[in-house]
Amino acid sequence: MAELTYRDAVAYGIAQEMRRDPSLVMLGEDIGPAGGVFKTTVGLLDEFGPERIRDTPISEQAILGAAMGAAMTGVPVIAEIMFSDFFAVCWDIVANQIAKSRYMTDGQVSFPMVVRTANGGGVRFGAQHSQSVENWAMMIPGLKVVAPSTPEDVVGLLAASIRDPDPVVFFEHKGLLGDKGEVPDGEIVDELGTAKVLREGTDVTIAALALMVPRALEAAERLAQDGISAEVIDVRSLVPLDTRTLLESVGRTGRFFTVEENPRLCGWGAELVSIVSEEAFWDLDGPSVRITTPHIPLPAAASLEDLAMPSVDRIHETVSKSVETRSGV
Amino acid sequence: MPTDPRYDYALREPRLPPPVDHSLADAPIDLDVRLGMYRTLHLLRGFGKRAHDLFLQNLVKGTTHLSLGMEAIATGFGAVMRPGDYSFATYRGHAHSLARGMDPGAALAELCGRSNGILGGKGGSMHLTDVSKGMMGSYAIIGAHLCIANGAAWSAQMRGTDQVAVAFFGDGTTNIGAFHEALNLAKVWNLPVVFVCENNLYMEYTPTEMVTAVEPPVAGRASAYGLEQIVIDGNDPDRVYLTASEAIGKARSGGGPSLIEAVTYRSGGHSRADPGKYRPQEEIGAWAEHDPVPLYHARLLSLGVEEERLDAIQEEVAEGIDAATAFAQFGEEPGEASLLTQVYADGGSRWRN
Repeated sequence: MAELTYRDAVAYGIAQEMRRDPSLVMLGEDIGPAGGVFKTTVGLLDEFGPERIRDTPISEQAILGAAMGAAMTGVPVIAEIMFSDFFAVCWDIVANQIAKSRYMTDGQVSFPMVVRTANGGGVRFGAQHSQSVENWAMMIPGLKVVAPSTPEDVVGLLAASIRDPDPVVFFEHKGLLGDKGEVPDGEIVDELGTAKVLREGTDVTIAALALMVPRALEAAERLAQDGISAEVIDVRSLVPLDTRTLLESVGRTGRFFTVEENPRLCGWGAELVSIVSEEAFWDLDGPSVRITTPHIPLPAAASLEDLAMPSVDRIHETVSKSVETRSGV
Repeated sequence: MPTDPRYDYALREPRLPPPVDHSLADAPIDLDVRLGMYRTLHLLRGFGKRAHDLFLQNLVKGTTHLSLGMEAIATGFGAVMRPGDYSFATYRGHAHSLARGMDPGAALAELCGRSNGILGGKGGSMHLTDVSKGMMGSYAIIGAHLCIANGAAWSAQMRGTDQVAVAFFGDGTTNIGAFHEALNLAKVWNLPVVFVCENNLYMEYTPTEMVTAVEPPVAGRASAYGLEQIVIDGNDPDRVYLTASEAIGKARSGGGPSLIEAVTYRSGGHSRADPGKYRPQEEIGAWAEHDPVPLYHARLLSLGVEEERLDAIQEEVAEGIDAATAFAQFGEEPGEASLLTQVYADGGSRWRN
């Protein structure tokens, strides 16, 4: 058992898979000697060499096109898009090419590839380097979408993503890079499409993702002091989605909350709430509530960004108010 | 027609084809290869015409983009490429698919939206793919596939094979960012890839020179990426064959990428919806005189091949097209059984438990 930062867990997970599969390669901007702008690929060039750890020009279409072409001709690939916001300059390759080609060719091609990217806010980078765009990927049939919240999950879900025969968009959260956690010794391979109940509770279910997970856990601690027992679920994988764990939890608690970093419209929580309302309606004791960033670009100033993103305070207040209102009727 | 004559492109100075280079008759190309190319030319021509006919009969729906008049490029490259090599085409990809050996019946059936189509009806005219033949896909949003061809070439390089990737695209593609990203990376990584522009002088409905900073539109960009300027007559199968041999041979032996501008002309419009009225009549007439099919017919006659032998090839190809048409017409329309399949590698489309 070693204590690793979320940041170090990324390189640790990649190294685990590169040792296992000598054909696995990675490409991206500044991933080699620089070790990545977030230092998530430190040490990989030394261990695996420049043929397998390839620095690229600032050409996101060329990066993802190369990854796609390699994957479809039998070379498993990890591609890095430095900031998830940059998907906007290469989304054609993601949404139109990688995601659709298997279906359009009736299964002639496969894409054993992972696109890693630094996602999310809380680091004062402003509107073009802070977005949470996991919902963009979730909307496209053909992609799988993963967003871990702990170092152990980074390693295990990265391994599962790399071993998956489908294209996986892997969202690493910038706001979690310095967080530490225990990572067990030996090979770690998790499973896509599995949510984790991180805290059991009986009154409300709170579903969260990535940076919102520790915030939801802290809010749950405060709610417990108020006498509200909150179950916190780390969704971890948006596609495939573990609806069973979510619905089972809501079946017990009767209340459903989502904590999303996406701007309000069409965040992933909207889909979860829709599923809950269709399939667990009669289990619900009150409205499902989405706690999100307002529908605005994320501001740069610390004070503004903190106001915009769901905070522990806001999660705590929203849940507790909603539960009180209900019981006060 | 636009009221302002400046925008009536049909009044422009016509762009005329180059004179036929008769010295190519002496090029070192085996007669068998030449007869094979003659056959391919007729196959591509016959297929394009049949696709057009089936569209008029409402059997081909949606849209299709034909290569009529431009067949020499796919023909020449198809003759040089080896079975393991990779082709990447645009939505105008029928010719490239057939030239790599895609079954014409399965291709026509795909255009007709039938379950016996090469893609089971899921892809359609703009996405013809046959991985078993090295035809890695037709990509309908221009630019991306140059980057993807790089990936296939990179893969070959990493696996230590001598496979080559060839990306075909139009002149319009030279103005999209992915073109430039692809060329730069191919050069920097010395990839075994050949970029082949079919410059048919029009980017969709607009003369390419009206919207392009340099002339010629493709070769004019070559020096920016440390590549040689190569402009050829794309309507002469022998010229295409020789150029393809050189570029593919260079890529295969570790010499890196090439960029080729093959000048040609589409005898029809951009797609179904386009009668192509923005083109000067004199230009259309001159290129019709420079059509690759009669050009190559004359070339083979000049080499002493008997007319009867060429007629026999043409006849055999025509029978094949008829058989392909029957195969397509009698195919069933795909139903629910395939609707939800092949989104993911498990064969299905399930996104939740």
